[in-house]
Amino acid sequence: MIDTATIWIVIAALGIGSYFFRFVFIGLIGDRALPAWVLRHLRYTAVAVLPGLVAPLVVWPPATEGQTDAPRLAAALVTIAVGLWTRNVLLTIAAGAITLYAGLYLAG
Amino acid sequence: MPTETTKSTFGQGVRDASPFILVVAPFGLLFGVVATEAGLNLLETMTFSILVIAGAAQLTALQLMTDNAPTIIVIISALAVNLRMAMYSASLAPYIGPAPLWQRACAAYFLVDQSYGLAALKYEARPDWTVRQRMAYFFGTIAPVCPFWYLATLAGALIGSSVPDWLALDFAMPITFIALIAPALRTRAHVAAALISIIVALILAFLPYNLGLLVAGIAGMITGAEVERRTAERSAA
Repeated sequence: MIDTATIWIVIAALGIGSYFFRFVFIGLIGDRALPAWVLRHLRYTAVAVLPGLVAPLVVWPPATEGQTDAPRLAAALVTIAVGLWTRNVLLTIAAGAITLYAGLYLAG
Repeated sequence: MPTETTKSTFGQGVRDASPFILVVAPFGLLFGVVATEAGLNLLETMTFSILVIAGAAQLTALQLMTDNAPTIIVIISALAVNLRMAMYSASLAPYIGPAPLWQRACAAYFLVDQSYGLAALKYEARPDWTVRQRMAYFFGTIAPVCPFWYLATLAGALIGSSVPDWLALDFAMPITFIALIAPALRTRAHVAAALISIIVALILAFLPYNLGLLVAGIAGMITGAEVERRTAERSAA
């Protein structure tokens, strides 16, 4: 269980930090342009952080105490493939979920 | 039609953003359920969604808190996921920068993936729009998105722990994230950033405090930016 103080500190820090990121340019800097190299790095933050967060959860799922699990691995791979192929988020989630449940059912 | 009213650009925003209800609602539901399962009460879950309105960062923080990562690591990692908001802010600034401060302060709160994506495309396509028309369009895109985010979180929090185990909800978050990232891998630079992030995160998974994720994120960003720079150089040469 996560303790209450930690939860509120995290919520407050994320709330303030996220608002700052959103406000900083439209609010404070106005219409002056940013250096190209800064924008170039900012462009990749989401695709750089989220895969790194997900990869260990796919390979060593906490739900199986870190044992690599065929249904979960298969679901992740199908989700990647369908996502790249269809570029449709909802369809991709559906494909991943179906693979996961089929896999868990087959694995008993 | 250069004679569009601000009312009609607001309506356009609402129409353009409506399909996103289908994305935002399940995502909010997922956050509500996962947060409740992790032990957050209704007030904590709702405050989280209302103050932060960024599902990916919220789920990142939740995952790391469940892993007992140190608070500072939780905050840095989740804020890193939201760094893209600064890019959104920089990209819209030339278009809505001249608007009154209170409007920009409100727009900043509502600057999410969907409103940014739609507004950036529209502003580029319609350079004839006034600042007021742009602002109206922006707030139009919010109307179908943010209320559903709050409501879906609430619904998820109320369903909460009554979700049965066989639904394997532990894996809903990884699947949702992969489904969000994969379609965003539009260029070689995006693919390279994601691949390096995965490799570094797996190699450094033994590090304490989820430090591996921080290194993976930084390595991914640098890789993406560098591949983009080289690709641009090559096409210019």
